[in-house]
Amino acid sequence: MSSHDVMPEMSLYQPVRVEDAIGIANQFADRGWLVGGGQDTYGWLKDRAKSADALIDLKGIESMRGVKETADGIEIGALVTLTEITKDPIIAQRYPLLAQAAGRVASPQIRNVGTIAGNVSQDVRCWYYRRGLNCYRAGGNLCYADTPEGMNREHAIFNASRCVAVTPSDTGPALVALEAQMVINNASGQRVVSAEEFFVGPNLDIQNTTVLRPGDILTAVRIPSKWANAQFYFEKVADRNAWDFALVSLSAVMRVNNGVIEDSRIVAGAVQATPRRLTEVEQAVRGKARNDSTADSIGDLASRTANPLNYNHFKMPLMDNLVKRALRGQA
Amino acid sequence: MNPKLTRRRFIKGVIASSAAAASTSLWYSAIGADRPAGAVERLLSLNVNGQTRRVDVAPQETLAHTLRYKLGLTGTKLGCNRGECGACTVLADDVNIYACSTLTHEVSNKAVMTVEGLRAADGTLHPVQAAFVQELSPACGFCTSGQVMSAVALLKSNPRPTREEARQAMSGNLCRCGAYDHYLNGVMRASGQLS
Repeated sequence: MSSHDVMPEMSLYQPVRVEDAIGIANQFADRGWLVGGGQDTYGWLKDRAKSADALIDLKGIESMRGVKETADGIEIGALVTLTEITKDPIIAQRYPLLAQAAGRVASPQIRNVGTIAGNVSQDVRCWYYRRGLNCYRAGGNLCYADTPEGMNREHAIFNASRCVAVTPSDTGPALVALEAQMVINNASGQRVVSAEEFFVGPNLDIQNTTVLRPGDILTAVRIPSKWANAQFYFEKVADRNAWDFALVSLSAVMRVNNGVIEDSRIVAGAVQATPRRLTEVEQAVRGKARNDSTADSIGDLASRTANPLNYNHFKMPLMDNLVKRALRGQA
Repeated sequence: MNPKLTRRRFIKGVIASSAAAASTSLWYSAIGADRPAGAVERLLSLNVNGQTRRVDVAPQETLAHTLRYKLGLTGTKLGCNRGECGACTVLADDVNIYACSTLTHEVSNKAVMTVEGLRAADGTLHPVQAAFVQELSPACGFCTSGQVMSAVALLKSNPRPTREEARQAMSGNLCRCGAYDHYLNGVMRASGQLS
């Protein structure tokens, strides 16, 4: 009956401890595939665009579940689902930015199984790459999207380097804005990487979107108390309200005192391969009121250095307008 | 063609005849002896619609495949098989998920509920099913079992949703007939907010 199912033959492991999962992952090396919610995984496998000898299902690892309070903020287990993030009382109260971002991912069914670790580790959605074409990111020496007739409406307007795909994650920019720390375990121990350094662009590594390598497991995401209860702004613009990936998203955190922005972190999604911090905007608004005139004074600062492709110029004013709405303090 | 050989009967016949054939695949599990020990056992006791069903499940097999082609529960439909349409929506521990994008082994310790499990023992329809009938929610009907399961999941966690909450909760189920408002009317009726 296998003709009815499009999943290729593979073995499956369901470890219940992180150490065991790391051991299995190391034995299979680049032929093993870590699975959280699996919502990015199964498409690749069904399409035969990527393959694996073994799936390593991490969902049985209890230590990677739950949201815990820590001395400096909270720790979100890697397996916490996006639905759980939207419903968590601590996140809703202190970091509603993250709850909003998680609530805009895909569809309810996908959020019910999709994990925070999977959302930040998912691969890019360029359809040429997903089709299984031998592009730069797949190890080849050609980009099919950055050509005169390439369909690149959804692609990058910044920092393309051979590959022009963008980060598909909605929670990634929110985590960069919140100065989250990513906890990564492997056989030699544990390391903690800032969310900003976790994401990697094609100029540094064209085949990986994060610093994770075979044998590494992202076990938790820590959010420091620094931005707890700050002022937040999240907006995601997509062609459809369900399922769709962002055309541009904006995650902003601001410390506002007497109406004046003392400090901020403003991060755009889906404009380059990694979440893009808008440091020039952050500097320009420091010490200014969070109001219409500050928003208007920013002009096109966010998109000024953009390098759009044939079909995605619209992302420049879209991004600038999202920045203005964030600074205005209302949609 | 034999008039009694409906499509459904044909599929169920194939399922029955393949149950014996499927067990031979157990012999292949010895291949790949150099792999780490501890890969999943193929024989599962799966809790489906309140019953424990013994079933031989390949490691990479999706829940939709097991339900339809091993257990004969063809009420769960496969539309896209990519998590993009919602026709295969079932409940796992009362949470709605896409059966096409879940491995059966991932839900081996959960209670799976399909559209077949909603009807009462005496044949009475579930309130969501009855409301969908009354509101003429389905048009062609292919997405209906998935829509029913999403509505059931919503009303379990939120018995009196607003129309907007219902719209959000049902947003993971496509209907190419465009009967969305009819389904929403059905959800509101099932929650007792429409009479």
